[in-house]
Amino acid sequence: MASGELVQGLVAGRLSSEAYDENFSDLHAPLDAHEALVAADRCYFCYDAPCVTACPTDIDIPLFIRQIATGTADAAGMTIFSQNIMGGMCARVCPTETLCEETCVREVAEGKPVQIGQLQRFATDHLMAQSAHPFSRAAETGRRIAVVGAGPAGLACAHRLAMHGHSVVVYDANAKAGGLNEYGIASYKTVDSFAKREVAWLLEIGGITIEHDKKLGRDLNLTDLTERFDAVFLAIGLAGVNALGASGQGKAGVRDAVDFIAELRQAETYSQVPVGRDVVVIGGGMTAVDAAVQAKLLGALNVTLVYRRSRDRMNASRFEQDLAAAKGVRIITNAAPVEISGNGAVEAISFEYMDDDLTPMGEVFTLSADQVLTAIGQTLGATELPSITRGRIAVSPDGRTSVANVWAGGDCTGLGDDLTVTAVAQGRDAAEDIHRALSA
Amino acid sequence: MANLQADFIGIKSPNPFWLASAPPTDKEYNVRRAFEAGWGGVVWKTLGLDPHIVNVNGPRYGAIWGADRRLLGLNNIELITDRPLEVNLQEIKSVKRDYPDRAMVVSLMVPCEEDPWKFILGKVEDTGADGVELNFGCPHGMSERGMGSAVGQVPEYIEMVTRWVKSHTRMPVIVKLTPNIADIRKPAAAANAGGADAVSLINTINSITSVNLDHFAPEPMIGNKGAHGGYCGPAVKPIALNMVAEISRTPELQGLPISGIGGVTTWRDAAEFITLGAGNVQVCTAAMTYGFKIVQEMISGLSQYMDEKSFTSVDQLIGRAVPNISDWQHLNLNYVAKAKINQDLCIQCGRCYAACEDTSHQAISMSNDRVFAVKDDECVACNLCVNVCPVEACITLEPMAAGAVDPRTGKVVDPTYANWTTHPNNPAAMAAAE
Repeated sequence: MASGELVQGLVAGRLSSEAYDENFSDLHAPLDAHEALVAADRCYFCYDAPCVTACPTDIDIPLFIRQIATGTADAAGMTIFSQNIMGGMCARVCPTETLCEETCVREVAEGKPVQIGQLQRFATDHLMAQSAHPFSRAAETGRRIAVVGAGPAGLACAHRLAMHGHSVVVYDANAKAGGLNEYGIASYKTVDSFAKREVAWLLEIGGITIEHDKKLGRDLNLTDLTERFDAVFLAIGLAGVNALGASGQGKAGVRDAVDFIAELRQAETYSQVPVGRDVVVIGGGMTAVDAAVQAKLLGALNVTLVYRRSRDRMNASRFEQDLAAAKGVRIITNAAPVEISGNGAVEAISFEYMDDDLTPMGEVFTLSADQVLTAIGQTLGATELPSITRGRIAVSPDGRTSVANVWAGGDCTGLGDDLTVTAVAQGRDAAEDIHRALSA
Repeated sequence: MANLQADFIGIKSPNPFWLASAPPTDKEYNVRRAFEAGWGGVVWKTLGLDPHIVNVNGPRYGAIWGADRRLLGLNNIELITDRPLEVNLQEIKSVKRDYPDRAMVVSLMVPCEEDPWKFILGKVEDTGADGVELNFGCPHGMSERGMGSAVGQVPEYIEMVTRWVKSHTRMPVIVKLTPNIADIRKPAAAANAGGADAVSLINTINSITSVNLDHFAPEPMIGNKGAHGGYCGPAVKPIALNMVAEISRTPELQGLPISGIGGVTTWRDAAEFITLGAGNVQVCTAAMTYGFKIVQEMISGLSQYMDEKSFTSVDQLIGRAVPNISDWQHLNLNYVAKAKINQDLCIQCGRCYAACEDTSHQAISMSNDRVFAVKDDECVACNLCVNVCPVEACITLEPMAAGAVDPRTGKVVDPTYANWTTHPNNPAAMAAAE
């Protein structure tokens, strides 16, 4: 064991550079051509296939797999991208084990699904490696649309609008486009700057300009946008975070998991990112798992993920939970934080056991902690928006908001389940609706 | 994107993928679904005279499978349509009216007399169909009654019936050939002589797919008996390709259009038929196995291939491989190749070794740590190791450069072309030289 792992407190460079490289390499190595053919051969080309029904973007999975099997990976890529322009990222980050692969008839029959996600990556990588962007724009319509937020929903919307010949200005609060693909997803799911490369590839269609460091409510306001543009698409994500209901959360070393992941994703080298020796992550979703696993990969000695309900209720899939366990993350369920203690900096955190209805059981335990990462849900964190329901922008199935000519999609709406793939579907569908509205 | 428009003997279709006359084209319901799925045309399931025939009420199909129960070959004992002629004619008219851009060809089989042909042709013309296909191919049931392959096996009958048909219709006439004969060129020539606008091939092959070892009867078994059926699917493609090629390269049959049939399952199969001279292809088993949706892969695949090869229309692909179909005696005996195993791709299963050591030329070595390598001084480049290797492109045959010494024969690879006709071991060649 490297001595670096034993040092108490927030410390960078706990591991050797070789260990960082190893830890943050591709979670699943891509299939080579032979592996892809073997995997594709297992697809039965089901009728009205359950995998397609399970895909939020309705990718024609049997068709693209057959196209791989018949040696036309680029045609397979077109089948994917025509439904989901971020099919490359989705191939890497989709929880396929709870979507397409869960419903694959071979998963149901044999417990071994066709490797749909990996095959999608094979096809999309193949087509993205070609010199030309495969889509072209319709004739310029003269219509201008503002998209607020350059995450998956915003970019999918912008691309589809550009295809229809509209001009799109995308505003984003950050210095880089990509949203959570760039700032919020575990590094080992998107190696080699894939998020950045995907955005560049997507923009090759033309007709889209991105303006960075433009935040709604700070640098932009909705009324002004609706006056200057023919339509507005809000894809602002969830900028706010929920507060931890425990005392002592102001202590040093307590931090939002989203920020921790963003710092990691933007770091030039992993050795620059400080991490505790005894890390406690609070939450049960993908962000909690991504933060916990990456804390472990950065060299934390003990990482404990604590969730207030039972394991079945965690938003992170069973695959993600098992991944965390395999990487050495300890998962404690049915416990909610009570108090963070320490003299200035966090030293320990105590929890109380709860049942699934969140009724406290009266039993408290304490974990040593020099870093606490909270991943207990995010909030809109913006004002002057269209009507809100249950904390998100209220939208019709086509993404229409309460304000005329304003659509919304992605995590800032309550439409989907906060996945990249649902955000892409909403962006695409809103673009089609905007196009219909502008063509009427 | 390449233009897949096809014009086969004046019959236009948006792509060269037609459904063959078979169960998938038996009814309006199926054909409408096929057109919605994107098929370029259909050949309607064979019509006959009323009273319509009947089918068995037990299993009609038998099959063989590859690994993972992939269907490789199908045989059937179904006969021609078992519905009244008028019902079929009305449905053909209705579908053609709604899909004017798709090819609608009607398959026909009536007794070998002029009047029945004259009668049914008039009926088909009234539907607005684009052409007819004469079913001289079915090898089961109908052949026992003097129709189907019973006609297709007698070139004189083919020519006679084709001539009648041509004299009684203005529609283009395709003659569908049976493969259950010794030399496919003879029935093709007969169809040509009778005035056929095209031939289509192959129909199904006489077959018994399996025997039930409890009841001691061929499958599919009707009660305790079975009859031979017509074999089709991927397993028959090589036979079909050869028969298409035989016609394409016969000088007397130059210009006789061919509709390629037999195991077309992917865009690649279709492209292969087309390069051997087929103007379009007809598909059945693949649709029966996977549904009509497979045409989408055929369309996208052929289109991608044509784009990559810079072909802008299907016509440019037709017959592209025909000049390279040769007789054995004209193959270059000075061409020397050696097998090469890519050690990075090799998974060390040893199948190549077993094949070569047990059944071929002992030209592969095996080390104690399971490294397999080709012995160039023994390798005759037979290609068996390539074919049995489970990893595509792991073993390849690499031509030797002219001037190099073949370690097997000790001879220098000669850059010139020389074939059997001039080889010293050929008694005929020696006689000619003297």
